[in-house]
Amino acid sequence: MIKLTVNSRILETDADPHTPLLWVLRDHLGLTGTKFGCGKALCGACTVHIDGAPVRSCSVPLAALDGKSVTTIEGLSPDRSHVLQKAWIEFDVPQCGYCQSGQLMSAAALLRTNPHPSDADIDAAMAGNICRCGTYPRIRAAIHRAAELLAAGPAPA
Amino acid sequence: MNFAGVNRRDFLAAATAGGAGLVIALTLPACSGPKTGAGAAAAGGELNAWLRIGGDNSITVLVDRSEMGQGVYTALPMLLAEELEIDVATVHIVAAPVGDAYVNKGNGGQITGTSNSVSDAWDRLRMAGAQARTLLIAAAAQEWKVAAADCRADRGSVLGPDGKSLTYGALAAAAATLPLPTDVRLKRAADFRLIGRNVPRLDTPRKVDGSAEFGIDVRLPGMLHAALAQSPVLGGKLTSFDAAAAEKLPGVRKVLSSPSGVIVVADHFWQALQARDALQINWDQGDNAQLDNAAIRKMLDDALQKAPSLAARTDGDPALALRSAHRRIDAVYELPMLAHAAMEPLNCTADVRADGCDLYVGTQVQQLAQAAAATAAGLPPDKVRVFTTLLGGAFGRRLETDFIPAAVEASKALGRPVKLIWTREDDMTHDLYRPPAAIGLSAALDAHRQLTAWDFHATSPSATARFDPTSKDPFDSVLEAAANYFYAVPNVLVRYTRQEVGVDYGYLRSVSHAINCFAIESFMDEVAVAAGKGPLEFRRSLLADKPRHLRVLDEAARQAGWGSVAAGRFQGLALMEGYGTVLAQVAEISVESGAPRVHRITCVVDCGQMVNPKIVESQVEGGIVFGLSAALWGDIALQGGRVQQQNFNSYRVLRINEMPAIEVHLLPSEEPPGGIGEPAVALVAPAVCNAIHAATGTRLRKLPIGAQRLARA
Repeated sequence: MIKLTVNSRILETDADPHTPLLWVLRDHLGLTGTKFGCGKALCGACTVHIDGAPVRSCSVPLAALDGKSVTTIEGLSPDRSHVLQKAWIEFDVPQCGYCQSGQLMSAAALLRTNPHPSDADIDAAMAGNICRCGTYPRIRAAIHRAAELLAAGPAPA
Repeated sequence: MNFAGVNRRDFLAAATAGGAGLVIALTLPACSGPKTGAGAAAAGGELNAWLRIGGDNSITVLVDRSEMGQGVYTALPMLLAEELEIDVATVHIVAAPVGDAYVNKGNGGQITGTSNSVSDAWDRLRMAGAQARTLLIAAAAQEWKVAAADCRADRGSVLGPDGKSLTYGALAAAAATLPLPTDVRLKRAADFRLIGRNVPRLDTPRKVDGSAEFGIDVRLPGMLHAALAQSPVLGGKLTSFDAAAAEKLPGVRKVLSSPSGVIVVADHFWQALQARDALQINWDQGDNAQLDNAAIRKMLDDALQKAPSLAARTDGDPALALRSAHRRIDAVYELPMLAHAAMEPLNCTADVRADGCDLYVGTQVQQLAQAAAATAAGLPPDKVRVFTTLLGGAFGRRLETDFIPAAVEASKALGRPVKLIWTREDDMTHDLYRPPAAIGLSAALDAHRQLTAWDFHATSPSATARFDPTSKDPFDSVLEAAANYFYAVPNVLVRYTRQEVGVDYGYLRSVSHAINCFAIESFMDEVAVAAGKGPLEFRRSLLADKPRHLRVLDEAARQAGWGSVAAGRFQGLALMEGYGTVLAQVAEISVESGAPRVHRITCVVDCGQMVNPKIVESQVEGGIVFGLSAALWGDIALQGGRVQQQNFNSYRVLRINEMPAIEVHLLPSEEPPGGIGEPAVALVAPAVCNAIHAATGTRLRKLPIGAQRLARA
């Protein structure tokens, strides 16, 4: 049994320790917001946070996660209240939407360490996330917008 | 505008075939709220094939086009809501089942494609909304014993004399029993309160929290997972296999042969993949064992030079004009095979029982999906219910049903629901690719350097001949843009030579337009050079009787600052009409170390009346990104009949750090609604190649651009 924390909940799973985190999340835990895109850490659709850092879950075996804390798109906020989710909605970023969980998780990791990213910072942080619908202009605009929302302070409760 | 009524029996037929009761399983509420729909019918009513109103005032719209990113789950409900006088943000969206009412008249089937979802729905769904509104008003008038003319609809209620008011929910059951109105008036454009506005997409909230359900996300009780091994050589067939090692692996339930290959069914998908790797399979490689791109290219070149062609359009006497030309210009353009590479790998979930089959699938073709599943299950089509999920991209790939039968066969064999997923490598190496093409072009200039003849001759395999062998149109999806050549030239010949090469091909976003326009708009620049004119001036001189095109072209030049770019920057332009839309693009590039860098693409669009300009703008942006990926790097190569590109490392697509600035300008227009999902794709390659010519003097006549070295600027 491997014990890990997913979205603040402690879970134990008997899945094969070689199983990539992606499939543990999707098939064993039912967290299907994290997407399968390439299986080779080439497209970013499966991006989650492990101890706060963005990681391609398709390429991390379960065995490496004992005692670690995983955050998926479902754990980004309980109610679409993360500044990035607000900005994504404001700019209607998604088209098909399939890559957007990964885009949001990469962007969230960026904002956590760099609350005022430049275009070059966005390029560097987001280059691993492919969008075939071509939502890149809106992703960029929405990240800048989220940074503004962050700077304006937490929204009143 | 008057219409014959929408027949309520259309809905009932659809409900019988598709199982209205279960449609709700995949409902996509636009916002949080009670899940309603079929269950509410007891208290509410089914007003027509697209609309259910619950006794609790919930409004469910059945959308009969597949949401693959292009915004139909917003635009189509907007059309209905405009006439129904409701707040579209409160609508629940349900994917329509298979049904005759849902046939796309432009496509002759229940098909999401050819960028015509809005134009096909424009009258149909506004009419459905207006008809329902008329029924609700009639029901209220009957209840109050007043004239319908003294009542009006307003934000989900009918208002009558003396402050009377009843909600749609209270009226729906009665309205559903009234005879269908035959004389229903649609609003004037001036009275629109939704159409033409940037209404927020109804599907966005669920696409930012992971709750949007794509086909790959479907989970059913007792569901097993499957992977499929297919012949590595395209067109190869299964001879034999040894599953002894695979069957010993954990979680493996069954290994079975299929016309599609070898199916491995396991408790979890990862287990199925591991077991697939352990299979020993012998394939009959078939006729393509030696096929490579050079062989395909030679077949196309030979066909272009030697095979007879079929003319789709002949104006004047092109042969005579070319013979008597003062100067003749000839060129051959070449286009590669392309993969669709949608972000969601192909997948299908089937639940086959003795009495029927439920299919959960991201499909652009509900009827064809139903038929494919029925054949695989050995059931009549009306025993197959199709539940269309969200599509994680499609671009034409999900017009195909090749990924459906194996899931059905597996479910039937195991007696359990089975979700079958293709890996990215499966998806990349077993696509129905955009066909390769060779296009010969000839032009004649007279002594005054006027363009007097234009001969466009394409040769390629035909996707339509495979997709629909009954098609009577030999030019379908190979010549649309070419046959619609709009420049004022007296002698025009547009012709096609079908040359099959042993591989099956499919439709890719901007189908023939992307192929045709690369050649047309590049060659227009070549002819302009020969005529001693600039690209803009030359095109303008041939558009005197095309004010719509001229306006778009001039606006593109103005917005892009045509001819006034910074030192080291170069521009190229391209113009097209397609899908009822006219658009122009200007690409601005530089050349650094022999490679082009695209800095900016300006696109001006007249797509007629727009339902939701913000979605239109997104589609244009996305189309440009799609077109730029293909123009720069798109290339599927065969070696020994095997596709060499496996994943996004070898099939390169544009990333955010490689993006040019994209500027989209939408022109106000009174034209009928045109298509917008596809057109913008087609102009990127010619605009960029024209800019490369301006920068380097090198004329690129084949794609992709990235495979070629450029002369120094």
